[in-house]
Amino acid sequence: MAINWFKYSAPTTFYGLAGKLIPWFAIPAAILFAVGLYIGFAVAPMDAQQGEFYRIIFIHVPASMLSMFLYMVMAGYAALGLIFNTRLSSMMASAVAPTGALFAFISLWTGALWGKPMWGAWWVWDARMTSELILLFLYLGFIALHASIDDPRRADRASALLAIVGSVNVPIIYFSVKWWNTLHQGSTIKFSGTSMHIAMQQAMFTMLAACWLYAIAVTLARVRSIILERERHTKWIAELAEVRS
Amino acid sequence: MKPRQKRFLYIVIAIAAVGIAVGLVLNALKDNVSLYFTPTQVYNKEAPEGRSFRIGGLVEEGSIKREADGLTVNFVITDLHKTLPVVYKGILPDLFKEGKGVVVQGKMEAGGLMRADEVLAKHDENYMPPEAADALKKAETAAAAANSSSAASPSSGTPGAQ
Repeated sequence: MAINWFKYSAPTTFYGLAGKLIPWFAIPAAILFAVGLYIGFAVAPMDAQQGEFYRIIFIHVPASMLSMFLYMVMAGYAALGLIFNTRLSSMMASAVAPTGALFAFISLWTGALWGKPMWGAWWVWDARMTSELILLFLYLGFIALHASIDDPRRADRASALLAIVGSVNVPIIYFSVKWWNTLHQGSTIKFSGTSMHIAMQQAMFTMLAACWLYAIAVTLARVRSIILERERHTKWIAELAEVRS
Repeated sequence: MKPRQKRFLYIVIAIAAVGIAVGLVLNALKDNVSLYFTPTQVYNKEAPEGRSFRIGGLVEEGSIKREADGLTVNFVITDLHKTLPVVYKGILPDLFKEGKGVVVQGKMEAGGLMRADEVLAKHDENYMPPEAADALKKAETAAAAANSSSAASPSSGTPGAQ
C-alpha cells in the first residue's frame, strides 16, 4: 500500500501527525542523552594528551555537526517552499532555525570552554571558528529577517533566499581545517573512519543520535505552534479539541 | 518550462554563482584566511615583515630551554624542513610539549629570532587512552630501532626525532 506523502504536506494533516510523532522522538532522546552522558563520563577512558578535559567533545562535536546539518535541512525546506510554494515547507524552515542556532551557540560556547585549558585561548580568529560564528549569525539573521516582515508568505520568501545563499558557508566550515592552517584540529570523524578509542566513539555517537532525536522532537513541537499561529483564522483550527476547550 | 522548474533552476544558478564567487574570494585571500605561516614560508620570505604574525609547527625535540627567571622560555619551531627559534616570556598552555603542535604570535627580530606575545598549543584529532598511546609509542620506537639497525642510519626513524 502506497502512502500518499502529499497528504502530509498539508498543515491540516501534518499538525496531527507531528503531535503523534513527538513522543517517539522525545523519549528516546532523553534515554540516549542519559546513556551517552553515562558512557562519556563513566565508561570512556581519559585521553592520553588531554586528560579529562577532552570529555567536552561529547557535546561539542554533536552540537557542531547538528548546527551544520540543521542548516542544510533548513535551507532545503526553504528551497522547497520557494519552488513548490508549499506552506508547510516554509513553516518547517522557520521551526528548524532556533534549534540550529542553539546548537551553533553550544558549539561555540563549549569550544571556548575547551580552548582555554587546552590551547590557551578562549577564542582565535581561525577559519573553523570564524565560519561557525558566521553560521550562528546566518541563523540569527534568518530568524530576524523572518520576524521583521509582517506578511508570513513574504517573510518566507525573503528569509528562504538568505537561507539558500548562506548554505555556501556549510562546506566552508567542514573543509576549513583542510583548506587552511587552523588552530582547530582536523576532523575526528572522517568519511574514511574515526581516529578515536571505541568507548569514546560509542559515547559520541550516542550523544549524536540523542541530539538528532531532540532536534526532531523540538522542531515538530515548534512547527505545531507555527501552524496554530498562522492558521488561527481557519475553520479546522477552530474545530480542534485543544482549541475549543 | 513550468514555473516551479524555473524557480528550481534559479536557485541552482544562484547557489552556483554565490559558491564560485565565495570560492574565488577565499582563494584570493588564502594567506589572510590561514591562521599561521610555516617556518618554510618565513624562510621563503612569504611572511609579513615588520609586523606581528603567527607561525605554526612542532616544538623541536630537545629544544626547550628555560631561563633562570623561570618565565622566559626558548624553543625552536620546526615544520620538519625549516626551523625557527622563538623566545617567549609568560605562562605556557598545558599541552605545550616537545614534539607537539604549537602556534605562536609575535614579531621577528634581527637574527631570525621570533619574540612571541602569545603561545597556543595545537593538539591533533586522535583520542585514545594513555595505555594505547604508550603501546603506540613503543611500537613506533621498536619499528624505528629495527629500521635504523637494518639501514644503519639513525635519522630514518620518526620525523621530529632529529
